[in-house]
Amino acid sequence: MYRAHVLVCGGTGCTSSGSARIIRAFEEELRETGLQDEVKVVKTGCFGLCALGPVVIVYPEGSFYSRVNPEDVKEIVDEHLLKGRIVKRLLYTETVQEDQIKSLSGTDFYKKQKRVALRNCGVINPEDINEYIAYDGYQALGKVLTEMTPDDVIDVIKRSGLRGRGGAGFPTGVKWSFAKASVDDQKYVCCNADEGDPGAFMDRSVLEGDPHAVIEAMAIAGYAIGANQGYIYVRAEYPIAVKRLEIAIGQAREMGLLGKDIFGTGFDFDIELRLGAGAFVCGEETALMTSIEGHRGEPRPRPPFPAVKGLFQKPSVLNNVETYANIPQIILKGPEWFASMGTEKSKGTKVFALGGKIHNTGLVEVPMGTTLREIIEEIGGGIPNGKKFKAAQTGGPSGGCIPASLIDTEIDYDNLIAIGSMMGSGGLIVMDEDNCMVDIAKFFLEFTVDESCGKCTPCRVGTKRLYEMLDKVTKGEATLEDLDKMEKLCYYIKDNALCGLGQTAPNPVLSTLRYFRDEYIAHVTEKRCPAGVCKKLINYSIIADKCKGCTLCARNCPVGAISGTVRMPHTIDTAKCVKCGACVEKCKFGAIVKK
Amino acid sequence: MKSLAELQALRDKMKNNMGIRSDDTGNIRVVVGMATCGIAAGARPVLQAFTEEVAKRNLQNITITQTGCIGICQYEPVVEVMEPGKEKVTYVKMTPEKAVKVVLEHLVNGNVVAEYTIGAAAK
Repeated sequence: MYRAHVLVCGGTGCTSSGSARIIRAFEEELRETGLQDEVKVVKTGCFGLCALGPVVIVYPEGSFYSRVNPEDVKEIVDEHLLKGRIVKRLLYTETVQEDQIKSLSGTDFYKKQKRVALRNCGVINPEDINEYIAYDGYQALGKVLTEMTPDDVIDVIKRSGLRGRGGAGFPTGVKWSFAKASVDDQKYVCCNADEGDPGAFMDRSVLEGDPHAVIEAMAIAGYAIGANQGYIYVRAEYPIAVKRLEIAIGQAREMGLLGKDIFGTGFDFDIELRLGAGAFVCGEETALMTSIEGHRGEPRPRPPFPAVKGLFQKPSVLNNVETYANIPQIILKGPEWFASMGTEKSKGTKVFALGGKIHNTGLVEVPMGTTLREIIEEIGGGIPNGKKFKAAQTGGPSGGCIPASLIDTEIDYDNLIAIGSMMGSGGLIVMDEDNCMVDIAKFFLEFTVDESCGKCTPCRVGTKRLYEMLDKVTKGEATLEDLDKMEKLCYYIKDNALCGLGQTAPNPVLSTLRYFRDEYIAHVTEKRCPAGVCKKLINYSIIADKCKGCTLCARNCPVGAISGTVRMPHTIDTAKCVKCGACVEKCKFGAIVKK
Repeated sequence: MKSLAELQALRDKMKNNMGIRSDDTGNIRVVVGMATCGIAAGARPVLQAFTEEVAKRNLQNITITQTGCIGICQYEPVVEVMEPGKEKVTYVKMTPEKAVKVVLEHLVNGNVVAEYTIGAAAK
C-alpha cells in the first residue's frame, strides 16, 4: 500500500514543459530517501490548468503544485513527503488564502466546472487499465451486454438528449437508431479523433487522460447498432494520444474486454487505429471514412448518409471523442441524470479549450447554458494586463465571433447559431482591444484556403478570392463595394460548397462583418486599423518634445530607419520602417507612438 | 475476464488503492510526527509499520500522513489518530510493535490503546 500518491500531469502541455523530467526526478529522489515503497508516482492525463504547467498534485493532502521545476522535486520529497510540511511557495497561489490552504475543487478555476467527459483526466493513470476499472470502468459495457437490448441502449441515449460534440450537434441516439435500422452483413463504429480546429485540444486530452472511456463507449455503440469492428481515426500529430490508445487497446484485449465473446455474452468487438496525416478536411465525416479506406481524404456528397452507406459502403456510426466519453456515464447514471444538466435543447456539459488573451489558458468543462462571462471572467480569470474584453471566437475556422455586448449569452448549440457562431469542437479564443477583427477573419480564412481539399470549386476558388478581398481590406486598398461583394461571395460559398468545411468557411468573415462592420469601414474609408495591427495602415513616429536623443532606438532598429544626432530628437523614415515595434519597446521616455 | 462478476471483483480490489485520491474527508487519519525530533526518535519505522499493517489487513478509509513537530519532543515518536466526530487520540513514544497493536485494537476494533496515550505517559 502506498500512503501517498504523487500525480504528475503527462498531457501534451505539461509534457512539453518538462513533466517527464519531473517524474524521473521524483523516482530518483524517492529511491534515495527510501520512500519508493510508500509513495507512488502516477503519470496522469491533463488537469486542465495548462497555463500553470507542469502540474503536480500530492495526495492525500491534495496539494496542488504549479510550475514545478525538476530542481524543486528534492524540496517536495524532503519536506512534504518525508516530513509532512507542504511546500507553500510552490502551491498554486489561488489555493493559498490568508495562509489557509484550500482544496483544488474550491478554486475559481474548478468550482464552477462540472467534469463529466473529463472526469478521469488528471485523476487516473491512463496507461493502467486497473485504475480505470477502479472508477467503474467497463461497468457500463457489462450492464449493456447483460441487462439491455440494443433498442434499450439507443432509447437511453436518445432520452439523455446527448448531441454530437464534434460541432454540428446532431442527436447521438437518433444517429445510432438510423445505423441500427440499416440491414447489412457488416457494420462499423468509427471515432473521429481528427481534431483540427486551431486552438481546440479537448479530444486530445480525453484520449491522453482517459482512453478507455472512448474504447468502452465504442463497444457500447457496436452492440447498439450491431457492429463488431471499430476504427479510431486519430491524427499522427498526437503522438502521446496514439501511444496511450495503443496501450489501452492492448490492455483491453488482454483482459478480454475487447475481442471475442466479451463477458461470455457472445458479443464480439475489436478496435483498430488509423492515423491521419493531419488534413483538416479529414475531420469531415465522409472524407474521414474515405481516408480510413485508404483513399485520398476527400468528401463525397450526402445522401447516402454514413448510417446507410458509410465506411466500406457499409452502415456506420461516426462520433466524436468527447461524445463517446459521455456515453458510459449516461448508461451507469441514467439518461435523467444527464438531461438534468444543461439547457432545454442542449443537455449535459461541454468542454472548452480556453486560449488567447486570458489568464487561465486550459481546458474547462461546464454545464451547457453557462454564460460566456462566467467562463471568461470567473473560470478563466479574466483578461491579462488590465485590457478590455473585445470578443470571443468559438468554433474555430467554422465558427464566428461573439462580441462583448453578447457576453451574457448562455452558451448552447442553438444560441450560438442564433448569434452567428457555432459550438464547433469547443475552441474558445479570447480577444482583447489589441486584436483587429479583420485580421482575425483573415487568419481563419488563410487556414481554410490552405486546408480546402480542392474537390469543389466554391470552396477551392471561393475561399481564395475571399481571402484576397480581406487582404485588400487590411492593406487599405478596398472600397465599400468590396465589402458588399465579400458578403455576397460568403453566402455563395455557404450555399454551394460540397461539405461542411466550405459551407462554414465564410462564418468568421460574416460574423465579424456583422458585429464589427465599423472596423472594416475604418480600414476602407479612413485607411486606419483601429487596433493597430494591420502593418500597412500603421505608422510609427517620434514625438520631438519627448525624445532625449539617447540613440537607443536607432541602435536597435533592424533596418536602420531611425536617424538623428546624439541629444537631439530623432526621426523615423517611414519608407524604410518595417513596423516591427522594436523601437517602442526600447524607448525609455515613451516618445515613440503608433498610429 | 469472462464475466461481469469478475470485473466487479477487480474494481472493488482496485478501489482500495484509489481512495487516497478523493477529497472525501470521512477517512480516519493517522498522523505521524515527522519533524527532526520525530525522525531522530524513530518515526520512520513507525510510519512504515502503520502503512504495512493497514495494507496487510486491507483496511479502507484510512489515510496515513505525516506532520511536523507539535512541540512535545520528549514524547516522540508521536502518532495522532483523528476520527471524524470523535476526540483526537495522541499516542506517544511509539515503536513499530506498538503501531501494529494500535492498528489492530484501535483502527480495527475501535478500542483506544490507553496505555500508549499521552495521558498514560504523563502520569
